[in-house]
Amino acid sequence: MYIKYIKSEPPSDGFGNSNANDGRLLSSSPGAGTGGTATGNNKPAPGPPEEQQTLLAVLQFLKKSKLAESAEILRREAGLPEDALDPKGTDASGSGPGLAAGSGQVDGVDASSLLSRVTVSSSAAAQAPKKDSSLAACFYSLSASPDQPDVSVVLSAYSQQGDPSLYDAYYSGLKRFIESVLDCHRAELSQLFYPLFVHMYLELVYNNNESVAKAFFEKFSGDQECYYEQDLRILSSLTKKEHMKGNETLLDFRTSKFVLRISRDSYQLLKRHLQERQNNQIWNIIQEHLYIDIFDGMPRSKSQIDAMSGSLAGEARREANKAKVFYGLLKEPEIELPLDDEDEEAENEEGKPKKKKPKKDSMGSKSKKQDPNAPLQTRIPLPELKDSDKLDKIMYMKESTKRIRLGSDNLPSICFYTFLNAYQGLTAVDVTDDSSLIAGGFADSTVRVWSVTPKKLRKVKSAADLNLIDKESDDVLERIMDEKTASELKILYGHSGPVYGISFSPDRNYLLSSSEDGTIRLWSLQTFTCLVGYKGHNYPVWDTQFSPYGYYFVSGGHDRVARLWATDHYQPLRIFAGHLADITCTRFHPNSNYVATGSSDRTIRLWDVLNGNCVRIFTGHKGPIHALAFSPNGKFLASGATDGRVLLWDIGHGLMVGELKGHTDTIYSLRFSRDGEILASGSMDNTVRLWDAMKAFDDLETDDFTAATGHIHLQDNSQELLLGTYMTKSTPVLHLHFTRRNLLLAAGAYNP
Amino acid sequence: MSLIHSETLVVNCLRCSWVDPFKFHCSKLSIVLSRFVISAMAEERRQKQCSVVLPTESMKAMAESVGVGQLQEDSCVALSEEVSYRIKEIAQDALKFMHHGKRRKLTTSDIDNALKLKNVEPLYGFQSQEFIPFRFASGGGRELHFYEEKEVDLSDIINTPLPRVPLDVSLKAHWLSIEGVQPSIPENPPPASKEQQKTESTEPLKVVKPGQEEKGTIQGKGQSTTTPDGKGKEKGLIRLKPRSTHELSVEQQLYYKEITEACVGSCEAKRAEALQSIATDPGLYQMLPRFSTFISEGVRVNVVQNNLALLIYLMRMVKALMDNPTLYLEKYLHELIPAVVTCIVSKQLCLRPDVDNHWALRDFAARLMAQSCKTFSTTTNNIQSRVTKTLTKSLFDDKTQWTTRYGCIAGLAELGADVIKTLILPRLTVEGARIKAVMEGPVVSNIDKIGAEHVQTLLLKHCASVIAKIRPQPDNVEQYRAEYGYLGPMLCSHVVKARTQATLQAQQVNRTTLTITQPRPTLSVSQSGLTGSGGPRTPSIIKVPSSLTLMSPRPGTPSQPSPPATKYIVMGTSAGAASTQQVRVI
Repeated sequence: MYIKYIKSEPPSDGFGNSNANDGRLLSSSPGAGTGGTATGNNKPAPGPPEEQQTLLAVLQFLKKSKLAESAEILRREAGLPEDALDPKGTDASGSGPGLAAGSGQVDGVDASSLLSRVTVSSSAAAQAPKKDSSLAACFYSLSASPDQPDVSVVLSAYSQQGDPSLYDAYYSGLKRFIESVLDCHRAELSQLFYPLFVHMYLELVYNNNESVAKAFFEKFSGDQECYYEQDLRILSSLTKKEHMKGNETLLDFRTSKFVLRISRDSYQLLKRHLQERQNNQIWNIIQEHLYIDIFDGMPRSKSQIDAMSGSLAGEARREANKAKVFYGLLKEPEIELPLDDEDEEAENEEGKPKKKKPKKDSMGSKSKKQDPNAPLQTRIPLPELKDSDKLDKIMYMKESTKRIRLGSDNLPSICFYTFLNAYQGLTAVDVTDDSSLIAGGFADSTVRVWSVTPKKLRKVKSAADLNLIDKESDDVLERIMDEKTASELKILYGHSGPVYGISFSPDRNYLLSSSEDGTIRLWSLQTFTCLVGYKGHNYPVWDTQFSPYGYYFVSGGHDRVARLWATDHYQPLRIFAGHLADITCTRFHPNSNYVATGSSDRTIRLWDVLNGNCVRIFTGHKGPIHALAFSPNGKFLASGATDGRVLLWDIGHGLMVGELKGHTDTIYSLRFSRDGEILASGSMDNTVRLWDAMKAFDDLETDDFTAATGHIHLQDNSQELLLGTYMTKSTPVLHLHFTRRNLLLAAGAYNP
Repeated sequence: MSLIHSETLVVNCLRCSWVDPFKFHCSKLSIVLSRFVISAMAEERRQKQCSVVLPTESMKAMAESVGVGQLQEDSCVALSEEVSYRIKEIAQDALKFMHHGKRRKLTTSDIDNALKLKNVEPLYGFQSQEFIPFRFASGGGRELHFYEEKEVDLSDIINTPLPRVPLDVSLKAHWLSIEGVQPSIPENPPPASKEQQKTESTEPLKVVKPGQEEKGTIQGKGQSTTTPDGKGKEKGLIRLKPRSTHELSVEQQLYYKEITEACVGSCEAKRAEALQSIATDPGLYQMLPRFSTFISEGVRVNVVQNNLALLIYLMRMVKALMDNPTLYLEKYLHELIPAVVTCIVSKQLCLRPDVDNHWALRDFAARLMAQSCKTFSTTTNNIQSRVTKTLTKSLFDDKTQWTTRYGCIAGLAELGADVIKTLILPRLTVEGARIKAVMEGPVVSNIDKIGAEHVQTLLLKHCASVIAKIRPQPDNVEQYRAEYGYLGPMLCSHVVKARTQATLQAQQVNRTTLTITQPRPTLSVSQSGLTGSGGPRTPSIIKVPSSLTLMSPRPGTPSQPSPPATKYIVMGTSAGAASTQQVRVI
């Protein structure tokens, strides 16, 4: 097992020379790692955080940790005198050790061994989150670049400033300029408003110009795009320098460069203007805090820009979505289909070969030529099929022959499971693949499992009773089950907080639940007891999901990292770090090689399970993402957010390919039908909506240009794609599930 | 963080590092916190970007409550800004928990969880299902908001019986859609919402406008309606006209047959079930025209045949239809109102008018009439004024029979106190004389006598409460006689009783209204048989009619919640009671 931190070194173009020592420091840092954890969150820097003082503090710290070599390098780099390290400021950094233990608990893994494995990939702009990444934090604190969460150092970048009273003039000057440029450039340059506004405001606040800052905010906050409203609200509450310490939103802004995509022409225009006006203030901000992704070609239109913007840190850089993704499906193992079942008996002789043939064809075609987009079968190790799994596969195939072909004129029936008397306490729902069990997670920390078939839930007898069983008998598997306590409902107790995520294993033997208490629990559905509590997230875990092949599962939570676990390891196998805010939902790709995570930072990321890299970043949502669904063929991803929109993504090209508007509230569930013809979405607005997924993906024209530039033209065809809207009485739709025969199951709690 | 000694310490707290002052605030100023969260939420709603800050007075009050007097103004300002900021932070985190809890309502537990996230001990004791209101107090130029913490006697809690255990979570399945069509079952919302039916009937022009409801596109409208068409094939201009489906599915036809048979059949249990179904089922919209025709035809036939029982059954159906929250009857009033009015004023409703209690039917129908006036009367259809006009006309007619007269008075009286005041009170003398003529005059038919008695009881019942309201206190029999003639003395005693009744706490009254809220005429028939015609009124009917009508020029005063206890009417007019007691019909 090895863990990998994904981290990016920001391209050096925007940084100026402070970045020059990055590489060297990185190489010298592993040794610093063990002690470095102490700097994480609690390094107090009470005085005016001037660059020099910070450096001194760092130096002192290094010295204290007996890292003389690193200290020396840093001292030389910073050009500080030899005697800068006298101990008069020791008390400042000395308060660390008390908390060091707390922040140092990086999953109990030896830090130095971890660090030696850290690789630097340039694909993702990453911010190291919280405790897990305190190691990362120490990197950054060493590098003294602005890209680190040690607040005082981060903020110190704000200290160089011009005349506060001129900010207003600067901003309005730019505004006037942008309003006066040609239409084709205006939309592109307007993207600058928001990041500039935020950074200027923060600079004002940082330099204790409270009233100026307030006036600045009031004057210009109304101009910002409406989808930034939530962030603006947070910003508006920040009025004091003290508040800026420890504010996560702020850190996000500082640590990740806001990414803008601007055509070369527009950029030149802007540059010329700023140089003419000698508007250094704004130029500095652009240089330091923004990342401008310049492309050649036509400037984009307003609608194109709006479709992609909205995320916390701007759009994804183009190169972030360039990596190859093997989105094809894995080859299904060939299973001999026994024909001697009672089902077949009823059929006549011709029925048998007929039945077998299409299956053979489909199987055969798959096995013959390997899909070029599919990952190698052995790319990640998958659990071997057990006999019971094979039986289940056979069941699955049988069922799928009876599957109804859905389409725009053949809509699925919807069966709605309503949770009554839940008193607003239902927080998560899952249904097994064969639709025999349904589980609910509740705010009262319980997990409840219902059987929705006549078969009751039975648990294995107690050890004493098991001793009495005749172990040689044929029906021993039946005998070990306790008939007496069989019931339709089993309640699992164990969590100590609301259960926010729940997932059945594909073989129906296990159930995962993730909770506010920071743990993920694995429950056995044979004994109805808790088997493992996976600890690692120290904050609420918002979602968890089993891999479609079992064994692996993924979780994501408030600590901004997603973790990949295997059921037999108590520590995570991979940590996916990079999101700038809570991870709200996690989904496995059907081929189990990738994991998609949706976040409150309004981006979706796709992670490679094999190496832990972030291979796709999708921006475009205007609110936290609460639902994700992969199409059954693995090519597409659908995502739903609090803004009530469903966005469709082409994974291979890394493009947004559709937008489905219609819901009026948060979308909590998305699901493709078994053959991918229909996308169902369920929302807080008490509706289930069905969308024509075939049409949405068919109309797609991904010519080379769009693919290369990532500029999309979305048609507004939501109304044509909407096939049906079904209101419930007063039941938000929390979960959707297509049975193997394409009957749609929906679930939610009645809210009187 | 221990106790604070001086404001310098407070300010120091602020200065040191951010975690500590926060902890300090939360532990010491917990009330402020929880209180401010609410205003922070309010702020959220107002979308006001500028920061709202706690008043410094709150800081002072809080400091005093933990034993720190004399906080300096500067410290207060610093504190309040800091606290406001932290609380906003918490509110934002709490919202996160709300979203993940899949709720629309922020709860106290969300705030607890948000505090936990910040490593702060949550607030205890705010886990309340109900809204905890703030109390307000002022004095000495200071204003205070606080929670009222009642002292509770433990023995009280121990001695009260345990509350019912809340129902456990259960799972229920239903069909939300069958092959794209949403079935009209109680579990699904009604296919055409009441509002939609209402706009269709009251503002037919609006429906024609495309895209009224959603997104301004024609297709949007067509597809967003939840009416069972599902497939989404029909698009475009067809949708411009409101659809009226004239065909009933086989199931609906069966249902209709069963229901109508049960409603007029002989089995009372079945009837109750059928009426219940009419009153609650959400999918009846399409059958409404059939039901309304059924009722109006039924009344027409049965009035001729004097079949009292069937008339009662039909009126109960009207009542059930009115009770159905998913139906809007406006379109069918042209059939229903004549039927109902017939049942109020028809000369003869039963085969043996001397024994059968048709009075109860009149009362019941009068109440239905009043209710439909109240619900459906608009300035365009003028139902109430038209009905009032009709009733008054026949009331003023000298040749009107007692039965019809009774119906007219009942119908008018149910319309509310204003109508009684303007139309019935001035007639009291005339009616009194007429009653006197029958009661004290030479031999008349028994039927007339019974009719006169009933009218008398009815007048006394309705007028007494109104007079009690509008007349000044001293109730002088002679004055009453002078003013109201023959009925004066009786009215006087009734008014006196009504006054005492009004002063009595209405507990008993409440109980009576509660027990008789059933809309079943059978019940009211038998009851009013016992109690004279002081039949029960359903609370829904009691409400004042809308003051839009021509006949009630003054704003309606709320009428008595219930007529003064029905019991003593029986005693007061023992003769009438005796005669009615024998005539229980059903």
